[in-house]
Amino acid sequence: MNEVINVLIVGVGGQGVLLASEVLSEMAMKAGLDVKKSEVHGMSQRGGVVSSHVKFGPKVYSPIIPYGQADILISFEQAEALRAVDWIKKDGLIATSRTRLVPPITAGGKFKYPDDPVADLKKKVKNVIAIDADKIALELGNPRLVNILLLGVVSSRLDFEISVWEEAIRARVKAKFVDLNLKAFARGRELAKESAGAAV
Amino acid sequence: MKRLLSGNEAVARGTFEAGVKLASAYPGTPSTEILETIAEEYPSIYAEWSPNEKVAFEVGIGASLGGARTLVTMKHVGLNVAADPLMTFAYTGVGQGGFIVISADDPEMHSSQNEQDNRLFAKFAQIPFLEPSDSQEAKDFMLKGYEISEKFDTPVMLRLTTRISHSKGIVEESDPMEPRAVGFKRDMEKFVMIPSNAKKRHVVLTERLKKLAEYSETTELNTVEENGSEIGIITGGISYQYAKDNLPDADYFKIGFGFPLPLKKISKFIESHKRVIIVEELEPYYEEIIRAAGMKVEGKKYFSRLGELSPYKVGLGLKEAGLIDEIKGAEIEAGPLFPRPPVLCPGCPHRGAFMALKKVGVAVTGDIGCYTLAMLPPLQTLDSCICMGASIGTAIGMEKVGGYDKGVVAVIGDSTFLHSGITGLLDAVYNKSNITVMILDNRVTAMTGGQQHPATGYTLMGEKTRAVDFTELCKALGVESVRVVDAYDLKAMIDVIKEEMARPGPSVILTNRPCVLMPKRIMDRPYVVDPELCNGCTACFRIGCPAIMPSKEMTKRNKPKAVIDPVLCTGCSLCAQVCKPEAIVLAEEPVSVK
Ligand code: SF4
Ligand code: SF4
Ligand code: SF4
Repeated sequence: MNEVINVLIVGVGGQGVLLASEVLSEMAMKAGLDVKKSEVHGMSQRGGVVSSHVKFGPKVYSPIIPYGQADILISFEQAEALRAVDWIKKDGLIATSRTRLVPPITAGGKFKYPDDPVADLKKKVKNVIAIDADKIALELGNPRLVNILLLGVVSSRLDFEISVWEEAIRARVKAKFVDLNLKAFARGRELAKESAGAAV
Repeated sequence: MKRLLSGNEAVARGTFEAGVKLASAYPGTPSTEILETIAEEYPSIYAEWSPNEKVAFEVGIGASLGGARTLVTMKHVGLNVAADPLMTFAYTGVGQGGFIVISADDPEMHSSQNEQDNRLFAKFAQIPFLEPSDSQEAKDFMLKGYEISEKFDTPVMLRLTTRISHSKGIVEESDPMEPRAVGFKRDMEKFVMIPSNAKKRHVVLTERLKKLAEYSETTELNTVEENGSEIGIITGGISYQYAKDNLPDADYFKIGFGFPLPLKKISKFIESHKRVIIVEELEPYYEEIIRAAGMKVEGKKYFSRLGELSPYKVGLGLKEAGLIDEIKGAEIEAGPLFPRPPVLCPGCPHRGAFMALKKVGVAVTGDIGCYTLAMLPPLQTLDSCICMGASIGTAIGMEKVGGYDKGVVAVIGDSTFLHSGITGLLDAVYNKSNITVMILDNRVTAMTGGQQHPATGYTLMGEKTRAVDFTELCKALGVESVRVVDAYDLKAMIDVIKEEMARPGPSVILTNRPCVLMPKRIMDRPYVVDPELCNGCTACFRIGCPAIMPSKEMTKRNKPKAVIDPVLCTGCSLCAQVCKPEAIVLAEEPVSVK
């Protein structure tokens, strides 16, 4: 790898954006690369937009992705992927959950939640993988697995050993949740394979 | 060993490696995790949350006098609170233990009320400051900082910004020194600042600055990177990284030791380059000093004084300066989208308090804490927010001039009240003010992520301790009426607010529900909406609970019906209390999560 890879992870407060970026960064470090990551954890409330920048490569300077230069966008909420789409390169990859979190602010009629954010995304970017992460996470037994599921999806498009990913998950996830998260990660990889023909 | 550490974690590691014996602080984003990491990973260091930054600073002074290396941390506005001891400690110099104060600035105001540039504070106090540009330097500069503090007998500031504090990078760890205290050496002329002594110390301070200026010329904290370019960039902190992202091959003068500046070395650098540009965030701090010394540089005319810089913004500035031809920007356009402002958590006890205040319709002077969010839609019930502890004083002033005929209520959190609200309440009693103060007691310092304080009953290091009793405290200050109400009982809240406002003299209302930050269920079951009964009146949307969403299902009048996310709902019942058709009811089944 000669170039720096820029990954932007977005979601809504409480969805585990920070954990996902921790696992990704840890993985890149364990793979021997320079890594920087950045996010703003300000107020602890839930419901606001959260984003995390992760950059890895032979040498990384600033921890922030230049505007418009993300190679990969991972989103845990479909409309949030749309909000962040200007951060991604034209030929970049978007992996998003179809999770639909409609803020109460849209009830008054002044603002509108898009009818089909994933369709809008596909009009803008060629490489979009959208999965029903919410539903699958619940099937796996915990709604908070959406983040690791999507990391699994993205892992299939990055050239790293699975063992390094698994090591990173073990290092960053609370011990009692490790097995469940490894399962979610593997499931994410399967999903990426299934959608390989269709989306990318 | 190599580890991926945030700037804050790296500072904590540096504290450990430097053999620091005491660390004190008041939590404040983005500085909070420094002390949390110390308490968790390096128990050999005594660490405490002090009631406010001034106290933290004074505790630190004592430790330094006692001969131990000492760390005091705070966010930028915290230094305003600690400014009083800081200014004079610069005169006395340190004891036999080095002293570092961290100022974690917040350009862009990600979670602050202003974006002051505390490099100016170091210059104002005339103490040296160091500014790291990544996690590795954050650790290394700590060790350097203690050497400088002890060598020059001065407190040292380590200035971080949000992007350094909260970004992670790879850090190489080294072996720690043993924490030690060499003891107190009595020296009244040095440490007792009566005017006759202080006058002498001011002379010492000026002498010290000359030596520091010489040191600044030679220290490897200020480095020159030669790449054979005609273009020179002077920069420091995170701005260095943004500049490197854009111009990896320019020549750099990277400032790590920022006060006093190495003017001779800078002058040489400027002379040997065709053009020199200064890249710095917020104030033109370097630029003004360098220009005042008669050197020719360019800087702020290409970069904003407002907010954070970024690789993109620095790129735009460098392009305007004619140093780069093309800057890559967005290739895809994002269309307009609904906003998603941060809101109080589902089940947050503050929500009930503000719903009640809105109903009563008073002027509400606010303060710093999660509850500041009550000014955003949909609650929009906060009329001022200035700084920690300001709500009570502001309310007193407004009430004295009859500023609002419906009366004034000051809201303040438990931690903020202990930080600097007590003196405000004392003023209200002593000067006979007719205000009502609501202490929104959620049993924790919530906004920064849930730290202990003197009313929680536990110290930072996890020991049980004596907890302040707010009722007793307020009574002791002379408040005659102190009442406790349930923040989830809307009707009771409204009644109590009205009663207390009608009472002459100051009164205090205490709410008593804990923060739900660690999502604890209030009921074992969530609330659900019965779509048959919901008429789309939007009353529940207007309380701003993120668990309540407009559903795809519409009423006959084509209004969205409400739906509640069972995983997010904590069962606080507030939405059920505002739903007239009683469409919101407790679910029959609890939610199960593995
Ligand atoms: S963190 Fe606690 S106090 Fe803050 S909004 Fe959430 S529940 Fe309320
Ligand atoms: S308050 Fe009740 S009736 Fe009104 S929208 Fe909410 S659930 Fe429906
Ligand atoms: S009971 Fe209502 S207001 Fe309370 S958390 Fe649940 S949905 Fe939100």
